[in-house]
Amino acid sequence: MTRPRVIADYPLAETQPETVLGPRGKALSEVTLAAVITGDVTMEDLRITPHALRAQAEISRAANRPTLAENFNRAGELVNVPQDFIMATYELLRPGRAKSQDVLLAAARTLRDTYHAHAMADFVEEASEVYERRGLFTHRF
Amino acid sequence: MTSTPNRWKRFADWDERPLRLDKFAVEDASNGFAAFTSPADPKPGIEVNAGRIISLDGVLERDFDMIDLFIARHHIDPDITLEAMAMDSATLAHMLVDMTVPREVLVRLAHGLTPAKLAETVSQLNALEIAFAYQKMRSRKTPGNQAHVTNAKDDPLQLAADAATAVAFGFDEIETTMRVSRNAWSNALACAVGGAVGRWGTLFQCSSEEAEELRIGMAGFTSYAETVSVYGTEKAFVDGDDTPWSKGFLAAAYASRGIKMRCTSGAGSELLMGFHESKSLLYLETRCLCLQRAMGVQGTQNGGIDGAPITSTVPGGVRELMAENLIAVWLDLECASGNDARTTESEIRLGAKIWPYLAGGSDLICSGFGSILKYDNSFNPSLFNGEELEDYLVLQRDFEADGGLTPVGEAKALDVRARAVAALAAVQEELGLATPTTDMKQSVVVASGSDDTRSFSLRETSLMSEKIKAQGITVVDVIKALAKRGFTDEAENLLSVVRLRLSGDYLQTAAMVRGGKVLSAINDPNNYLGPGSGYRLSAERRAEIVNIRDVLDQKEVLRSEAMHEKEEAKHIRYQVLKPAELSDDKKDVVIGISPGFGLKLFQTTAGHRLSDVLAQLTKGIMAKGLIPRVVRFHHTADTSFLGLSAASLAGSGVGIGIQAKGTAVIHQRGRLPHNNLELFSNAPITKLHHYRSLGVNAAAYALGQLPEPIIVPQRGEAMGSRYHARTAMIYAIETALTSENAAPDEIKVDFLGTKS
Repeated sequence: MTRPRVIADYPLAETQPETVLGPRGKALSEVTLAAVITGDVTMEDLRITPHALRAQAEISRAANRPTLAENFNRAGELVNVPQDFIMATYELLRPGRAKSQDVLLAAARTLRDTYHAHAMADFVEEASEVYERRGLFTHRF
Repeated sequence: MTSTPNRWKRFADWDERPLRLDKFAVEDASNGFAAFTSPADPKPGIEVNAGRIISLDGVLERDFDMIDLFIARHHIDPDITLEAMAMDSATLAHMLVDMTVPREVLVRLAHGLTPAKLAETVSQLNALEIAFAYQKMRSRKTPGNQAHVTNAKDDPLQLAADAATAVAFGFDEIETTMRVSRNAWSNALACAVGGAVGRWGTLFQCSSEEAEELRIGMAGFTSYAETVSVYGTEKAFVDGDDTPWSKGFLAAAYASRGIKMRCTSGAGSELLMGFHESKSLLYLETRCLCLQRAMGVQGTQNGGIDGAPITSTVPGGVRELMAENLIAVWLDLECASGNDARTTESEIRLGAKIWPYLAGGSDLICSGFGSILKYDNSFNPSLFNGEELEDYLVLQRDFEADGGLTPVGEAKALDVRARAVAALAAVQEELGLATPTTDMKQSVVVASGSDDTRSFSLRETSLMSEKIKAQGITVVDVIKALAKRGFTDEAENLLSVVRLRLSGDYLQTAAMVRGGKVLSAINDPNNYLGPGSGYRLSAERRAEIVNIRDVLDQKEVLRSEAMHEKEEAKHIRYQVLKPAELSDDKKDVVIGISPGFGLKLFQTTAGHRLSDVLAQLTKGIMAKGLIPRVVRFHHTADTSFLGLSAASLAGSGVGIGIQAKGTAVIHQRGRLPHNNLELFSNAPITKLHHYRSLGVNAAAYALGQLPEPIIVPQRGEAMGSRYHARTAMIYAIETALTSENAAPDEIKVDFLGTKS
């Protein structure tokens, strides 16, 4: 699809189910109980894709919800980031976990270079600047 | 000498009311106890330089704390802010309540409004205006509701049963939490299974520690999260162990896993945490809400939440809770509008609290409603709980308002509970977690609360929970187990919820699932523009809401009377002798009975057999040496006219009129119809001995004496609510039997071994 989604495209699962695919290419109509029982569909097939999140971001933007759209874009970048790295980065963003700005900047670099999560990396970099200025790189426990 | 109490005793009465358990706080802005305004609140203001916000509500960019900065960078739209901030807040306030101004216009302006401006605007609305504006500004048209499903034992069987019950009552979301945090996995699995009974689409969350909650979500058990808290001051935020960026990161992380998310905030949290900066509750909460829009979450759970009780202690506190909900929806956030923490021991205060949300609707009216008993609520009791759920159903019916719930009959309730318990037990067995006994299961199916159950101990549940986590059991394993054991519908339902993740449609603002379809602010936008627009009850939905249990109809009344007919035949025989005439016997006292008395109707509203009542009346008259004569009237069923007609035929000039429902009067010839001698209007509390006394007094009047009137003592019972529906139906039966100008019959009454 070349044009951005509009409000009339929503809900995607109803208006264009053929465009809704799982991470391994399973179509919505293939995600059936029978397929789960035989093992053709696993947990991996029940995950959202960057594609779906970008589509939802377009719909949010069309509905004049730009901040929600940006969150969906950041989310789309995180889909393929391993859970452990997500949890580690979240932990680093909590107050006092990182003892210096460099630690957060390194996490941002990994997001950008390894996972191509550019918007998310910008977000973490912004945090590192603010934490530095507001003295959050302090010992808490 | 006895001391004279120097106190009006009414205060002692008031001391005993539940209200006095509520403690109230004096308004004290410097210590954070101010609802709407505080001298420390900043004045609204914005400065923009080359598309960059360089001053926000009087704070220069270099002095921004992290909340100011996050709002300036991510909430304020530099292209709109100068236009929006230039508007007078009184004008904005008018626009909020002007039904001809579409919500889109106001939502667009909100993208450029600062926290101080939003708060200043909403402060100008009174409670009714806030409620009205909320009805217009909330983002999704169809209202919904959320339930708490927890119990004091973290018993998974009960969780499954109660989740299924909540689904049957129509809750769109269910939320659980634990007494013991390591039971999270067991709770999640149990509610996921119970929530799949009956229909699919109820979203489910397991409130636990942030990282654990996300893991449970990734295993597919839960479909949304809402305990991502934000705070209105920097120090409170840090004490809450987060920052706007850590929470914003979490928001993206949830969406990246296809899980719906909303934040939590609410007045009073900063006050409880000790970092309020002497600012008003509304101003601090408005900062939280601007932050949430800035982070890009689709919605909020606000309206005090854990801070609702303390907010309700200050003047205007409850109005403030409404105001902060309004700001949430003005900022275009889904609003799970609080009404969860129990803010009061007064049922009057809590009924008043819920009303605006019930009347005008909300995305989730309660966040959550305690679907379980108070003592089983692991979040602490809710505003409404299992105890009061039927009160809520009746409120919906009273106001023809959609509170999101649907009455459930006894048979269905038992069915879904049994099904849920059986389904979970099957899953536990299949996955090698436990083998619940028949007694455990049966005790849970019928249990109102965990006091009634003989089920798993907390420790057994902990072991199960740790096993689920350690073995990496996911929702796919549960779906397979359900299918293998024949719970195909539940397996399908559970899969349908997880499948929502693929399209992400339910990540959009205010999404819920109704009838197997996602409904959100995108495809079900609130289009309120005055009467006839916005959400309206359909005929089908209205029929569901009014269908509460134990509703009387005339057939039911006649059925119950027919049951007594046979019994009465053993006690009394009425025999028509002749047309009744005026007697010239001075000892003659007439008892005028109504058309249906003993023919169609057989007991008073107090439950006395009419044979007993008539026996007492005649005994009373005879006790004074006079002679009772029973006359049935056909031309009227009205007590006064029965009494006056009886008196007109009586040789003594005194008569008693009595209706089948037990209402009675002593009357005297020559008086005006409604100017009787004595009236017994409270039939439901009138005892048999009162009827005897009535007979005695009637005879006394006939003898020219002035007896002490009989008082039927009442203690302020709501007679109308208890009896009027039945009374009106009984009376309609009697009036239908009347026939104009029909002559009265003299009746011979035989008491057949009456026992009273």
